[in-house]
Order: sequence, then C-alpha cells, then structure tokens
Amino acid sequence: MTIHVLKDSTIAIHGGRSLDSHASSILFPLYQTSTFVHDAVGVDKGFSYSRVTNPTVDALEKALGALEGTPPAVCFRTGMAAVTTLFLAVLKSGDHAIISDVVYGGTMRLFREILDNLGIAASFVDSSDPGNVEAAVTPRTRIVFIETPGNPTLKLTDIEAVAQITRRHSILLAVDNTFLTPILQKPLGLGADISVLSTTKYIDGHNATVGGSIATRDEQLRERLCLIRKTIGTTQAPFEAWLTLQGMKTLPVRLRLHCEGASLIACWLENHPAVAKVYYPGLDSFPQKALAGMQQRSPGAMIAFELKAGVDATFRALNSVQLCSRAESLGGLETLIAHPSSTTHADLDPELRRSLGISDGLIRLSVGLEAPQDIIADLEQAFAAANCGAIQEEVSNEIR
Amino acid sequence: MKFASRLVSFDPAPGDRFRPISTPIYQTATFEQEHADAFGEYDYSRSGNPTRSVLEKHLALLENGTRGFAFASGMAAISTVTKLLRNGDDILADSDLYGGTCRLFSKVLDRTGITARYADACDLDRFEQQIAPKTRLVYIESPTNPLLRVVDIRRIAALAHSHGAILCVDNSTMSPYLQNPLDLGADIVLHSATKFLCGHHDVTAGAIVVNDPSLADKIYFMQNAEGNALGPFDSFLLLRGIKTLKLRLDCQQRNAETIAKFLLSHKEVMRVFYPGLAENPGYELQRSQARGSGAVLSFTTGSAEVSKAIAEHAKLFRITVSFGSINSSISLPGHMSHASVPPEVLAQRDLPQDLVRISVGIEDEEDLIADLEQALHLATRRTCLAVE
Repeated sequence: MTIHVLKDSTIAIHGGRSLDSHASSILFPLYQTSTFVHDAVGVDKGFSYSRVTNPTVDALEKALGALEGTPPAVCFRTGMAAVTTLFLAVLKSGDHAIISDVVYGGTMRLFREILDNLGIAASFVDSSDPGNVEAAVTPRTRIVFIETPGNPTLKLTDIEAVAQITRRHSILLAVDNTFLTPILQKPLGLGADISVLSTTKYIDGHNATVGGSIATRDEQLRERLCLIRKTIGTTQAPFEAWLTLQGMKTLPVRLRLHCEGASLIACWLENHPAVAKVYYPGLDSFPQKALAGMQQRSPGAMIAFELKAGVDATFRALNSVQLCSRAESLGGLETLIAHPSSTTHADLDPELRRSLGISDGLIRLSVGLEAPQDIIADLEQAFAAANCGAIQEEVSNEIR
Repeated sequence: MKFASRLVSFDPAPGDRFRPISTPIYQTATFEQEHADAFGEYDYSRSGNPTRSVLEKHLALLENGTRGFAFASGMAAISTVTKLLRNGDDILADSDLYGGTCRLFSKVLDRTGITARYADACDLDRFEQQIAPKTRLVYIESPTNPLLRVVDIRRIAALAHSHGAILCVDNSTMSPYLQNPLDLGADIVLHSATKFLCGHHDVTAGAIVVNDPSLADKIYFMQNAEGNALGPFDSFLLLRGIKTLKLRLDCQQRNAETIAKFLLSHKEVMRVFYPGLAENPGYELQRSQARGSGAVLSFTTGSAEVSKAIAEHAKLFRITVSFGSINSSISLPGHMSHASVPPEVLAQRDLPQDLVRISVGIEDEEDLIADLEQALHLATRRTCLAVE
C-alpha cells in the first residue's frame, strides 16, 4: 500500500485538527484558561498550567510542526521571545554565536544590549559567503543563526553550504525563515537544525497577532526549549494561538497571491525611470537569483528598492502613499511600506547600517493582497507627488 | 479616593472618539504611521499597544507607582527583573520562594554567570550577613508561598539599600488591594497577575510597577527587546478582572479567616499557616504592613499520605496549581508548584512534605467548610483503615 503524502495546502488546513474537541466542533476551541484541574495529586490530562502549555497553543504547535515536517513546533509570545528563548537555551556565559549581518535589527539589539551583559558573545558575518561563517567559528561557537532572505536587503545565504560547515563543527544551525515560511523554503530539508518564524508575519497573515515559533527534529533540544520557555514565561497566549491557527489555514493560497503581486510590482519598479535599484530575488538583475531558484520555491513577496532622487524625495514619496500603509511589520493582507533605516534597523550604528546596504534611501515593501495594479498606481502617484521623476529634468535644465 | 472607587474609575480609552466605557481590544500587530520619518504613539504591538497601555497605567496607579508593565506571565516579569543584572552579579533571595522562581534563579541564571543565594529573610541579622558586595538584587515574597511567612518589607528595603542593592517584592499573594510594597520602600513590585489581579483563572499574565524613571526605562527596553509583553485580548480580560478585585478579595478573605479557624480547631490538623491568626508569629508584622491577610493558607496533617487523600477527597477545592481565583483550589506544593525547586535548594528550606496549600474562593463558606470536613474525615479514616 502506498502512503499518500498530503500537500502543503491540505496540511495548512488539517494539521491543527489532530486534537478534537468533545463537541466535534470544526474549529479547535479556544481554551482561555490559566490552569487545569488534576484528577489526583500529580495526575493531570497532559495540561496543568497554561504557562507550560495549553491545548489551543498545542494545536497550533502541531499544525506548524506538520508544515515544517517536524514534531510539534514550540510557540512563543513574539518572534523576539522565540529568539531570546532559543539563545538562552543553547548558550551560556563564555559561549559564542555566529549571526548573519543582514538580520532583523531586534536580533542584533538582543545580542548587543542583553546577551552581551551575560557574557555571551556574537560575531555578525556576511553569511552570503559561507567561507565567512567557517572563518568565524571558534571553539566556543554553539550556534549559527542566519536569516535568508535577509531583512531588509533580501541578501540570501546558501543554507545547504552553511549546514555542511555547522555539521562538520558540530554546531547548531538555525534559520529565521520568516520571509518565506515552510511553504516556500524548507530549512530543515536543506540541513538546518532549527527553523525560526515570526508568526506575526505570513503565518498569521492578517496583522492580528504577534507571535513566534521554533521547529526542530531534535527532541532533546525541543524539550530544552520548553523548559526554558516555561521558566522565563515566554509561552504564546491561547487567544493569539487560536487566531494564528485560523490565519495559517490560508497561508499557501495567500502566499501564491502575495508572490504573484510582488513579481509584477518588482518588474514595474525595475523599469520605472525614478527607481535606482530593486532588490527582489526573482529579477534577473538580482545577483543571487540562481541560489533563490535552488533553495526557494518562489522569490517571495518582499521587495526593497531605492529611488534615484535621494533621501528627501524618498521621505516625500513615503509620505505621499495613500493605499500602502506606513507601518512596521510585513506579511499581512495590507501592503506595508517601510523605511528600514529609521524603523526596523534604527537601533543600529549608522556606519554599520550603510555597510550592510541599508541606505537612508532604501524602501521596503511588503506586498499585500490588494490588486497589484492598484498598488502600482499608488506608488506611481506617490513618486509623482514627491517629484521623483522631475528632479532629473530640473538638473538637466540647469545644465542647459 | 478609596480603593474600591479607584478600581473602576480610570479612563478606559484615552482619546477614543466613541468614548466606550469598556476598553477596546486593539487586536493588531502594527499601526499605520502618519509620516515616514515621525512615529505616532504606537508603531508595533510588541513595543506598545493601546489596550495594554490602559492596563499598565491602571496597574501603576493601583500599586502607587509611576510606571507599570504587563507581561505574558509572572515568570516573564520575574525574568525581566533579573535582566537588570549582568554576568558576575548576585541575587540574595528569601528561602521560601515560588518553585518557578527558584528554577529561573538556579537553572537558567547560573548559566549566565549570575549567582542566586537563599537565606531566611525573617531573620534580619542573618539575612544581612548574607549580602555580598556583588549583591545587586534582593528578592522576596510576603507573605511567602507556600508557608505564608511574613517578611518585614520596610526593614529588608532599608537593609538592601544600605548595601547598594535594590529590593523586588513579589506581591502576588496580597494584590495591590492588601499591600503596596513600593510604599514600604521596595524598588520594584511584581505580580503573577494570573492570581488575584485576574481572579478568574482565564489569563496568564505578569505585572511590574516601579517609581524610579531610569528603572522604568530599562524594564521597558527589555520588555520590547525580548518581546514578552502581554497581548491585547489578555490585557482586556485582566482589566475586566481587576474591577472586582476588592469585592472578590473581601469575600475570599472572610472565607479564609473562617477556614483558618476551623482548621486550627480540627483534631487531625497539626499546624495552620495563615498570618491572619493571632497565633501566627507574623500576625503583628502583617497588620503593620498590609491591610489584610489574603485568601491563601496552608496546613499540615503529620502525614503526606493523609494530605494527599484530603486533596483527592475534596470536591469544591479542586486540585490545580495557581491560586487567587474565585474558585477554591487545593494543592500539595511539595509535589506540584514547588516540585521544580532544585534538591540542593529544597534541602535548605523547611518545606513539609505533608503541607497542603489552599486558595479560598468565593463559594459559600459553609459549603467550603463542609467540603474540607468530609475530605479530612475520609482521608484520616481511609489511612487509619490502611494501617490496621
């Protein structure tokens, strides 16, 4: 008998239904409770206290694990709570971590401002060249943490190549897969040990919750994550878990539309006279397009670009959008437009920011599910309102 | 304004154009910004959320502090306080602490080069001797969980400050209604808001309140950086629960006093730990620093077997960890909430294996006493029969 393997779009809907309610409700119930009655002293039905684990959170963890191809994931209050718990679980004073240099600003802040005080060191390296990862390994290195595509410049890291290095040195490899989710990229299939997600983004997909998730096949590591999570109290809340569970059912469908829109908009931007540069792994001009084709199922729906007209015009353009929303975060139904150097990466040293390609003129676009034509029209009018196209003419007039 | 009025008279929705009487739930991850280069009051819910802000302001007012913070759990709040320390620093804590706090101090912090030591904070001289030059944080509960020992907050605060340390008080067993540690000299007051503040066992949450602005800034920084703040829906439920804090606790405390006296007079009960009993060594001290004795108490029976049987025969008192809810609960701390205390720490403290902790709810007191009476009767009879 052949075993029929379910497709991702089916798993996204049915992965969380492994536990059924007494009432056979089609949706898993929201267990908004902090504690559970024990049958006898020391005898419970698997749930004792919601800081440790809760049935609704457990259902989400099973669903995410099914998508990741792992045992149930471990869910956290936020993506940063997931990252914090991971590092506290695997690192102690004197230990060392290697982190992608293009990574979410909050992950950098965690190391610089908190873990450093506890005697935990980190090297930030350009992991797009795996040789840099290898060169940074020390006898105290315990974990390599990469983000690919990286936030915000979408720089890619070859997961398989880095995994070969970490395996050789017996170091853990964690991949922040927030920009793609397991639907578009399977880090564990490429040799990583740990997949990290900010579920706030595509997994929830509706901008309704903040949350984080960690998936691994390493049962011992999973147990350790659960121990640290209950000790520092970073567990996801039941209501947020319930909303996330609902949101993720449409993840594969949403992603398909998000990516279609992004691809159209990226091409339009690249051909626009006001645009200096577009970063999108689906474009021929993207230096790592081949790598994207190998390890990703799609280029994704995040785009970064720079305008020719400089920083002031960039701000004017950002302030002129009407349909796109100026807001942090990404991966929701609404198209969000952001200025990384003053928001998500504002806590970084300006020098460092520039060296990472996060210029003050860089714009990050999270392409939502509005009609791509409407998003394009909004950007067009914003460029016009900011005189982005006209500036060159003014300059040439002066010369004449 | 009296406490009962303060509980309900706060602005539930500052600036809201519809003027709702109940706080709106801003179930959102992010906020649209008017300008690309100037942020509004809120930008991302991990960093700040309007529903949580109302709760945090309210918590600060109720604890007579200036800044309040709501966390995903009491342990997240405690973990955040420990982030004020760095590699090489030391914590001196009272020896009767919640098991989860011990686990954090002894199993997680030691890996980051922060030491935690325990001493009996009821013995002020010996406690002071244990303060080391590296001690940055003194950490206590009062009354303690589960032995309900009363610690002199004023004198411990003075002692900590004279050695350059700050004092953090876990006020979960009292709630801001019965005790305000900041008024007694503590630098940080902290709650498992899952307990009396919530009161309905429907939220897992933590709270921190401080007065010092620089301490507040550091705590805010970590709440945002580590991402362990309370969600909007839970903030709403907690705000709703807090409104009836006084009503609930008045009733629970009345019931607890009656039950404490009942247990004290019961022939099968050996010792009763409740600071509201005149026989309790902490009775006078409790009256001098708190406005009541709360609704958590514990007792021993002389036999771990009997204690276990009492918990299992009780019907209204249900076996759960946690306390402070409108439902009465019963637990054996040595086997449940404090099972996570590392053995070497457990050896230092006097945690009787036959200790039963009860949290008294708002059920009718006659029913509660009848329930305990039948549980005690069945438990002692069953174990007598087993011995014969």
